[in-house]
Amino acid sequence: MKHETLEKNATLLLIFSLLVVTIGGLVQIVPLFLLQNTIEKVDGMRPYSPLELAGRNVYVREGCYLCHSQMIRPFRDEVERYGHYSLAAESQFDHPFQWGSKRTGPDLARVGAKYSDEWHRQHLSDPRNVVPESIMPGYAFLASKPVDPKGFGANLTAMNLTVNNGKGDMYSQEDIDNAEADIVAQATGENTDGLMKRYPKAIARNFDGDPQVTEMDALIAYLQVLGTLVDFSTFKADMSR
Amino acid sequence: MGADTMTHKGSPSGGGAMVMMALWGLLAILAITMGAKAVDTPFAIHMFIFALAAILALIFKARSFGKPAEDTSGYMDNVVRYGAIATVFWGVVGFLVGLVIALQLAYPAWNPDLEWFNFGRLRPLHTSAVVFAFGGNALLCTSFYVVQRTNRTRLALGNLAWFVFWGYQLFIVLAATGYLLGVTEGREYAEPEWYVDLWLTIVWVAYFLVFFGTLLQRKESHIYVANWFYLAFIVTIAMLHIVNNLSIPVSFFGSKSYSLFSGVQDALTQWWYGHNAVGFFLTAGFLGMMYYFIPKRANRPVYSYRLSIVHFWSLIFLYIWAGPHHLHYTALPDWAQTLGMVFSVMLWMPSWGGMINGLMTLSGAWDKLRTDPVLRMMVISVAFYGMSTFEGPMMSIKSVNSLSHYTDWTIGHVHSGALGWVGMISMACMYHLIPRLWGRKEVYSLRLVSWHVWLATLGIVVYASAMWVSGIMQGLMWREYDANGFLAYSFVETVAAMHPYYVIRAFGGGLFLVGALIMVYNIYRTIRGAQPVTQPVGMVSAAA
Repeated sequence: MKHETLEKNATLLLIFSLLVVTIGGLVQIVPLFLLQNTIEKVDGMRPYSPLELAGRNVYVREGCYLCHSQMIRPFRDEVERYGHYSLAAESQFDHPFQWGSKRTGPDLARVGAKYSDEWHRQHLSDPRNVVPESIMPGYAFLASKPVDPKGFGANLTAMNLTVNNGKGDMYSQEDIDNAEADIVAQATGENTDGLMKRYPKAIARNFDGDPQVTEMDALIAYLQVLGTLVDFSTFKADMSR
Repeated sequence: MGADTMTHKGSPSGGGAMVMMALWGLLAILAITMGAKAVDTPFAIHMFIFALAAILALIFKARSFGKPAEDTSGYMDNVVRYGAIATVFWGVVGFLVGLVIALQLAYPAWNPDLEWFNFGRLRPLHTSAVVFAFGGNALLCTSFYVVQRTNRTRLALGNLAWFVFWGYQLFIVLAATGYLLGVTEGREYAEPEWYVDLWLTIVWVAYFLVFFGTLLQRKESHIYVANWFYLAFIVTIAMLHIVNNLSIPVSFFGSKSYSLFSGVQDALTQWWYGHNAVGFFLTAGFLGMMYYFIPKRANRPVYSYRLSIVHFWSLIFLYIWAGPHHLHYTALPDWAQTLGMVFSVMLWMPSWGGMINGLMTLSGAWDKLRTDPVLRMMVISVAFYGMSTFEGPMMSIKSVNSLSHYTDWTIGHVHSGALGWVGMISMACMYHLIPRLWGRKEVYSLRLVSWHVWLATLGIVVYASAMWVSGIMQGLMWREYDANGFLAYSFVETVAAMHPYYVIRAFGGGLFLVGALIMVYNIYRTIRGAQPVTQPVGMVSAAA
């Protein structure tokens, strides 16, 4: 076929262009949903608790991903600085993913349990009060923004409608029904039996010292769980991946 | 083909106008209802803006009753004129916000610690203002201009082009206000939430219909190469936009949604989108500009027809594979990373093929660079295109990327492409277009254009150099060990070391902004007192 044919027929030109630009995406993206070893088999990963999810929503809303990655690469210096390299399994419940593309600030994939709640509260409120060289903006306003637990179950329902790698619902009806109670329990550290059963290893306490549940509580709850769930004592890397 | 174009009307009949008004009225009522039931404040504000826009459209339609039908014999250039003004306006806005966030990084006190104006919310405002508002309007207006000239026909589908223009401005306003209010999907360059994405989809389909419809009614037997690039850009962006923005809203009366995919699949989908926002939005469409405006300005034919065919097909085929190079050494499986690297390196060839085709078009007209600063700006932009399309494949090599990733080197690379290539070719096209659209022979002052060219070039060189130094330095500092085998630097020490380069970068960006402000003055003086001229269809005048 002569190229002239395409130049004289807009519809053909359109169809050919569309075909040519479709191939790459199909070959690269579709197998990620089909190949079994794309997401490693690990022990300990679970969906976010309602309070952690609320905190994650704050993280996304404030654009933290624009300066902080959540993806530790398998290099000696990164593993020594941040901890075990990140696994695909660790972000399998992340809608959207927050791997980031720039480290104006340090990686946060394993920031959980590294600093105290009080450190986070002070650092978020006034970063240079804690780290003088920091260029991070202050987020003191989070402490005065309440998290309304009412109706938060709708978030879990929406999460259940997303693609979950063929594993069915992320949240059970019980999880959804208890979403409001779980938020309060995790942000106060009281009546946490149900929360702990539903979200093992959840950290439940009053994160910011304020009796009401604030976005500061939620964000710190999220930061404190980051990278702490996978049990690396049972993890074996798949070399063919 | 095209036999009916002489008879179509520019102004819809009374019945048609009534239907349009009813539609706008319904949309306004729908938006007000949704705003009243909103579960969060930003959503209510956005529905109010929607309703306001629909009511304005309704009023505008109502006022057109009884007015004489618009003269539709010539090219439909009024929408191009609006697009040109919008390009200049959004460009200045985008550059200004860029300078502000550069200062925030150099001096954190520039963050007011108010939720609306912290770096995390202003940064998407900057990127979207430059890419989608400035670049997008440049693409809209030049594609509407070029497709009419090269096919010798008026834009298809009557006033739909106006819907595309205003609908796109509404998208920009919704996206921009959304960022400040904290409405974001949290995926770079695809931040707008689900309902804004839906609106853009409607506008984009209309854009496609106008462009493709115009190709169908063309009077030329061959479709000119610039239109291939514009067409590929429009179609591919539609595909990328729809797939990458699939998400589940928490409520149909709220702004929040969760992306359909998670983790590793979400990451690759996003960078398949993200890299091809560069490849198709910021490259293919602007190559369309290059293929029309450089030959026009130099008054020479495109250097090689054969090369333009090879350039087109290889570029659009290879670009789409390059996304994984944004995910080197991440949890993305190795096979995908390797594919992304290999295709990114191959991409160097079609990119330089395009650069050569653009530059060599000046064969026999190189002397014009001395006398014509607009052509000089075009040539510098193509040179920056060549520079950044060499740098890009180099950075996509995994061992290079292990150093460059997560650092300012990436930021520098993006800006030599965005300021150097996209910015300069767009502004040069505006300098060429605007006098012709307003019936002037030439822009008000070529001397001021020359100032703009050199200020912008200097600004980009300062910017990119500062980012090379800071990026490579920080990458090396992160991986440096002391004699005892410990990491040599804490993270925050590497942040402190960036300060001087962040100041220099802000200075470079400032130079670029000053150049753009000179352009605003120059264009204001060009347009002031001028009468827009309607050019007849089919006649390619010497000036056009």
